Amino acid sequence: MSQVIHHDEHYDPEGSKIGMWLFIFTELLLFGGLFIVYSVYRYMNADAFHLAAEELNTTVGALNTVILLISSMTIAMSTTALQKKQKATTIVLLEITFMLALIFLVNKYFEWGVKFDHGIFPGSEFMKAEMSQGEVLFFGLYFVMTGLHALHIVAGLVIMGFALARVQKGTVHADRPSLLENAGLYWHLVDLIWIFLFPLFYLIT
Amino acid sequence: MENEKHHIVPYRLYAVVLLLLLVLTFISIAITDINLGAFTVVGALLLASIKSGLVLIYFMHLKFDKAYIQIMVGMVFILFIAIVLVTFFDYYFR
Repeated sequence: MSQVIHHDEHYDPEGSKIGMWLFIFTELLLFGGLFIVYSVYRYMNADAFHLAAEELNTTVGALNTVILLISSMTIAMSTTALQKKQKATTIVLLEITFMLALIFLVNKYFEWGVKFDHGIFPGSEFMKAEMSQGEVLFFGLYFVMTGLHALHIVAGLVIMGFALARVQKGTVHADRPSLLENAGLYWHLVDLIWIFLFPLFYLIT
Repeated sequence: MENEKHHIVPYRLYAVVLLLLLVLTFISIAITDINLGAFTVVGALLLASIKSGLVLIYFMHLKFDKAYIQIMVGMVFILFIAIVLVTFFDYYFR
């Protein structure tokens, strides 16, 4: 431990990392709880869930999976670039991640838009009239879980914006990489959740 | 403490992990396409678990982290699995 105490500097990478992980644990259990709700309802309404899942577009889901996986790699690589003191590369990689996140949201917008056009949205008269209880449950969970996930993407964009600005300003650099590392951890969590959302909603029919 | 050596993960490792993740994604799409009945759910979830393992270990740096962080993460997953098991035991034996 150094003897000099800098009152202007509060930098504790270990502490921030623990904090980030504790936050990630709460997120995992939040989505974990929703996954349990999903599996119990699926167990109780197997046929309706099967029918409703056919409605979802696997291609769009797969495309978004690929986008998120690539964005996870680019943000991980940006940490490597920062540690190698390659500032320009760090910024470019972060910008690519940011763009991929935006593309994910645009896809989601069109995907939900198609559902809305078909009369599928929470509380719609069409669903009340035409669908069984199980199908309504499936779409309710679909909108809540992918919607909550999309909100996490929006939060991720904000966090990446902060990281980008701080890297550009030079306050996040090779010796103080915590903010970027924790932004990365958060982004991987968003990826992790999607890894389970995709097969549960789009693949298993 | 000041200059604690950070493990720098090479770009190539990240690229290889991404490649694996993409391959696993396409495998899971392929196996759910050919409809294997009950095995579909198990297979898709198993592949998702392998993928999340790769993300946790390499992308989230757990491989290079101190043991106490690895243990904490492991315990959260054990807790989650326990909750799932207890919930389903409840539904099966009701």
